[in-house]
Formats: sequence, structure tokens, C-alpha cells
Amino acid sequence: MELFKYEKPLSLMSHAKRFGILSMILVLTSLGLIFTKGFNMGIDFAGGTVIQVQYDQKAPIDEVRNVLNTQEAYKGASVTYFGVDEEIVIKTKTSSKNVGTDIGDQVRELLKDTQGFKEVRRVDMVGAKVGSELREKGLMAMVLAIIGILIYVSFRFEWRFAIASVMALIHDVTIAMGMIVLFSVEVNLDILAALLTILGYSLNDTIIVFDRIREGIRTIKEPDLAGIIDESVTRTLSRTTLTSLTTFFVVLTLFLFGGEIINGFSFTLLVGVIVGTYSSIFVASPILMWLGFSVGGFRAKEAEKLKREKDKEKMRAMYEQGTL
Amino acid sequence: MLNFRVIIFAFALIFGVVFSIPSLMQSESGKKITLGLDLQGGLHMLLGVKNEVAIASKSKSIASSVKYLFDDEEIIFDALKLDEDTGVITFEILDKDDIAKVNKLLKEELEGVTFSENALKYSIQMTAQEIERTKKDAIDQAVDTIRGRLNEFGLAEPTVAKQGEDKILVEVPGIKTQEDEQRIRELIARAAHLQLMAVDEDRIARVNSMSAAEAKSYGNVILSDVNTGEKYLLKGIPVLDGSMLTDAKVGFDENSQPVINFTLNGQGAKIFGDFTAISVGKRMAVVLDDQVYSAPNIRERIGGGHVQISGQFSMEEAHDLAIALRSGSLLAPVYVMEKRSVGPSLGADSIKASSIALVLGFVLVVAFMVIYYGMAGVIANVALIGNLFLILAIMSLFGATLTLPGMAGIVLTVGMAVDANVIINERIRELLHEGKSIVKSIEDGYNNAFTAIWDANVTTLIAATVLYAYGTGAIKGFALTMSIGIMASMLTAIVGTHGIYQWIVPKMDKNRLGYWFGIKGSK
Repeated sequence: MELFKYEKPLSLMSHAKRFGILSMILVLTSLGLIFTKGFNMGIDFAGGTVIQVQYDQKAPIDEVRNVLNTQEAYKGASVTYFGVDEEIVIKTKTSSKNVGTDIGDQVRELLKDTQGFKEVRRVDMVGAKVGSELREKGLMAMVLAIIGILIYVSFRFEWRFAIASVMALIHDVTIAMGMIVLFSVEVNLDILAALLTILGYSLNDTIIVFDRIREGIRTIKEPDLAGIIDESVTRTLSRTTLTSLTTFFVVLTLFLFGGEIINGFSFTLLVGVIVGTYSSIFVASPILMWLGFSVGGFRAKEAEKLKREKDKEKMRAMYEQGTL
Repeated sequence: MLNFRVIIFAFALIFGVVFSIPSLMQSESGKKITLGLDLQGGLHMLLGVKNEVAIASKSKSIASSVKYLFDDEEIIFDALKLDEDTGVITFEILDKDDIAKVNKLLKEELEGVTFSENALKYSIQMTAQEIERTKKDAIDQAVDTIRGRLNEFGLAEPTVAKQGEDKILVEVPGIKTQEDEQRIRELIARAAHLQLMAVDEDRIARVNSMSAAEAKSYGNVILSDVNTGEKYLLKGIPVLDGSMLTDAKVGFDENSQPVINFTLNGQGAKIFGDFTAISVGKRMAVVLDDQVYSAPNIRERIGGGHVQISGQFSMEEAHDLAIALRSGSLLAPVYVMEKRSVGPSLGADSIKASSIALVLGFVLVVAFMVIYYGMAGVIANVALIGNLFLILAIMSLFGATLTLPGMAGIVLTVGMAVDANVIINERIRELLHEGKSIVKSIEDGYNNAFTAIWDANVTTLIAATVLYAYGTGAIKGFALTMSIGIMASMLTAIVGTHGIYQWIVPKMDKNRLGYWFGIKGSK
């Protein structure tokens, strides 16, 4: 079976402006959402407690709310169904420190007489100080990962490739964050992991395309970068689509069957796979053009490099023969 | 023809299968993947250590050393004071001829302090290094003590580790009931600071009308009974504390009530004997973590260093208390900064859900590859399965912890691991379309694809490494599975499948490209 049969290059770069505008709109909308509506910070970053309770029957949410509201410490706690009718999750800013005893024990004590109560299945409590530390560490991880990538790609390709791939990354992560805000996904450590995975995934995709462009510069006779990009992107198109499809299948099964706890994580990945694929085709390469990457210059540099290597070899040979 | 690539791959496959068996069949012996707390249930706590308490008590002991030294050398001094906020100890000597002697004593007998003298007024302070050392000791001691307590409790594989400068991570897997969880929590956090204190018999009659400040002015403290709430006025400097204790065991009193019998070391026994000898007819309080457990009347001198705490304990309480006392008190108290507890049933549900996703995702990818690439897809699938086994094997050998995000990491690796083979297969197809021979297409396909796969994987690996270095718990697990997956996929997809192609290439037929590579013949 074949999805794309390579006939002649698609003329993608002639539409670069349109994709640029689309991306701009998406990124700006995402930034707007992030700065106006803001993240729904989960307890990992904001501190607080999440308690998951299981019932034998449909959980009596109103009763639970009433019981909790009798206590000052739990006023304003959110109580929602969690995946199924028998499970609820209680979220509160309160932590064990505020109630002077273990918060899990106290909630169990409060709820044990509610209709059909079975057990407290999970208690996650994070102090506010830990939360802010995690937030700093997470941000630090992102920044460091990006610096590492910049250095590696500059070293292996050229600095414009590095900038373009990192800009594509930021594009993807920003849009993913925008979707997280739009759908009020709770941001916890696993969401951070998902964002970092998107970073890795989208990068993977972009590098594959860039590798083809680098190869194209050497082998395709065309002097014009747009033509080389068109050809390279078209040639990698079936690979990009295929890999995205297999990854998409897997993430989709994770989203559909992975259970409620991992829902936010798989949702973020789902967005990431789609945006990551789009950006490696339509965003990364136009940025390369826009940054003024010159084919001639690259070729001259490559030739220079080749020449230097040859010279070195010649010197070595001469040295070995004792003629130096 | 067999070649070295196939042999390497075969070895990798055997290695993968052999070392993942113990993890797959949980009953087998051998190195296994540990399931994270989110998958098997358990208690995770991040404890903060109150260093300042350890430092304050260190300053107190410096102050008492000063007093002991000067009394011993018969130096007359006055107004020995400790400012608890700054940790500065001040005193005044009366005779200026003593200055040389005092300076010598302070220099030679006290460690880790600096002092200054001005018009016979001295002030002593711990050095910055000493403060750092005290903090470090306090947390190291807390880690050891908590580990000791959990081991004595008899739990399977608890983890107690220092995190950063002043935090302790405790993970206790496999807790079955809420009561157990509660007991473990109390056992960990218990300061277990035992003190034997004399009752101030002269003033205790007024204890109920006395303020804490007034008690302090007499050098006393007011503490209350753990069961009855009755107040006691006790002398502030304890007769003995838990540091002189050598053993603590559960025993029974005459009414068959559980009690704790503890034994003091030689020095403790002597002090205790001397104290009881001069205090006949008075009361002595057994104080644990600032609560009075009992305050018996001393009827005679008690030698031998055997003391008993009674306090209407349940058998379990007595047992846990004895463990806490045996393993020593915490120099610095700990408090819970983060706590996550997962019930065993939830863990099982999570495993089930993500296993379903893993199997389904896997089947989808495998089927898709065969439909799309024909035999080339089958070969890619062999690499994929090899990859999965390798991940499991390497994780087992490292004793790595598999968490829920870690499982997601594996699921994702399955999706991404076929990528290398997709790149290679696409390259081979391109070359076949150009009309190259099968052997040439395969060789060039691998050569052309190599740099792309290499660069893409190394960059992803960079991201994963950063994630591992900066992540905590679950994220670390995720980064680990992803890194192992990437490396395993380089081996299986680049070396393994290449070897298989080289092995079976004589059987491949240019007229059956549809069967072998899923494409129609060349143009």
C-alpha cells in the first residue's frame, strides 16, 4: 500500500505566507488564552489536596458537598465525578497542615456515613512550597532542554537550522498550552511530562525533514532553497504522515482506554502529535527561508570543510611517508 | 547468509526475553521491575526537616558544656544566657585574672565555635561551618532513624532518601489498609524524644493557676498527661533523655496491660540511680514528645537502669512506640510537605487501563505496518517486539521503577519506535522506484536513513536527559523509559532489521515487490 506516490514536488513554499499567518493566529490566540484565562494549576504546582473516593453506587455528590461544607476548612472544595459515576474527586486548597491532622483521615471520617461510601482510594497533598519548587524546576527543565537542542543542532547542521527547529518547538508547545487552557485541563507534573514529550516528538519530526534538506542541498542541483525544501518535504511526506499516524493511533488508544487519571496527559499528547506534524511540514522550513539561509553559502562552507579534510589527509599521508 | 548484525540482534532478543521474564511472570525470581506507588498502591511522603530545632538544641548543649567546664575549673561567672533566635551564648566573668584561662578553655574544649571578649563580657557563637554540619547531621540522622524504624516495622522495601538539602523522601509500597497507613505515618513522624523529668514538688500545688511564663521564670515547664490531661510542673533540665537508652521492649504489668521496658546505658543508669536515691518520696515524670506518660512516686533508689513506661497503650501502640524509642529520637523534627497515598485497588485499575491501551495500540501499529509494508512491515514488527522486550529487560536490570507515566512512555515508544523503520522503508521504496536492485536499495536505504535517525534520536535523548535530571518521581520514570526506548530502538531498528534484510535478501524477488515491500514494481 502506498499513501503518497512521489511524482513531483508539491509547491509548499509558495504558500509559506499563508501557513505563517495561520501559525501566527494560533500562537497569538494561545498566548492570549494563557495570559487572560490562565492555567488551571493542579496541586503539584499550586499546592493543595486531591482526594479520590469510591462509592458502591452512584456517588451522592450533593450529600458530599453538604457534609464538606459543614467544615470551615473544606468550604469551597470542588467535588466532581471522576470518569465513572461511582468515583468522585474532591479538590481543596486545604492541606494537612491547615487541619492539624492528616487530611485523608479527616475526610474519610467526614464521609464514612454518606450513602454507599466504599473507600478513599487516593490522597495527594502537596504543600505550597513544594509546588513552587516544582514549578521552577519544570521551567528550568524546559529552558535547559531547548539550550541543549540549540547547541546540538547548531553543531550538526547550522545555526539557522537550530533557531528554526527551536522556533517550531516553541510554536508547538505554545499551541499545546493554549489547548490546555482552552479545555481547562488541570496542569500537573504529568502534563509537564507530556509537554516535554511534545518537545521531543516535534523535534524528531523536524530533524528528519531538516536532514533531508541538508542532503538535498548537497545532491539536488537546484540553486533555489524553496525548490530544495519543496522537494525534501515532499520526499519525507509519507514518512512524516505514517509516523504521525502510528503515534496518533497509540496516543488515541491511551486517551480512550487509558483511564481518567491519564486523561490530561494523553489529551496533551494528542494535540502535540497533530501540531508537531503540522509544524515540521509547514512551519520549520519556512522559518529557515525567512532567516535568510543561503544555499550557496552552505555549499561553499561544505566544500571548504571537505577541502580542509582532504588537506589534512594529504598531510597525514605525507607525514606517514616521511615526506613532510 | 547469517551475518554479524543478525547475530547481535539475536543476542539482544535473547537478552531481552531472558531478563524480562522475571518481571512478566511476577512469581519468578531474579531482578524485576518495581511497580511505582501509583501502580501498586502505597504511601509517598516528602518530609521537611526543621533544622532550626537541631541547631537550637546544639546551642543548648554548648551552653551546658560551658557551665560544666567552668564549674569544674572553679571559674566564677555570671549571667550565662542563650538567645534562642540568634544562637548567641553570653556570660560574664568576674575576675580579670581568669581571662587567659577562660580563653584557653574555650579554644581547647569547645569545637566549632567562635568567641569574643569585651570588658569581661563573653559571647560565643557557632561557626557557619558548624551550623552547616549540624544541619547535615540532623538530616542524615533523620534518614537513618526513619529507615531503621521502617525496617523494624517489617515492611517490604521501603525507600528513605535524602532529597536536596533539607528534605527526605519516604516511599512505602504495598500498604493494604488505612490503619496500617496511619500507623506508618505516625511511626515515621514521631520525634520519640524521651525525657525523664523531676516534678517540682515545691510549686506543683499552684500549677493550675500558673502561666507558662511564670513556670519558665523558675526554670520549669508545664506539661500535661497524655491520658487524663492533668498538668504537671516539671524541672526544665531533664534528669535523663533518650540518648542514654540502649533498648526498649514491650512487656506487661501486673494487670496484663502492655508497658514499655527500657534499659539505660552505664552512664544513664548511674545518673538515674543517683537521682532516685536523693529523690525518694518525690515524683518523676516519664515524658515522651512533651507529653507526660506516667509520674510515679519514687519509693527507693532504682539501680540497674531499668525503667518502665505505662500509659494505657494498646498492644500496637506499645509495639510502635518501642520501635521508635529503640531507633532513637529525631534530632530535628520532621513535617509532611507532600503526601500521596494510592490505594491498592486504584493501582490495579491503573495497570489494567494502561495495559489495555498498550495492547490495543500495539496491535493497531503492528497490523498497520503489515498492511502498509508487507514483509518489510513484518520485519519492522520483529524489531518493535524486540524493542519492547529490551526496554523491559533493561528496566529490570536497573531495578527501575515503572510508574503510570512510565507506562505511557512505553506506549508512546511503541508509536515512535517504528519511526526508524518507516524512514528506512521509505528510503528503500524510493530507491526501488528509481529502478535500483533490491540489494543496492537496501544498502543505500540504510546509509541514507542513518544520519536522520541518528540526529533525531540524539536530540530527543537530550530532551529526555534534561527531563531525567530535573524531574521528580513520576517524570523521572517517564524520561527513563523513553531514553531506554530510544536507545533500544536504535539497536533493533538500525542493526537488527538491517541484519534480517541481509540474511533473507537472496530470497527476495524483484517481481514480487508488492509482497516484500508493499509497492508495485519499478517504473
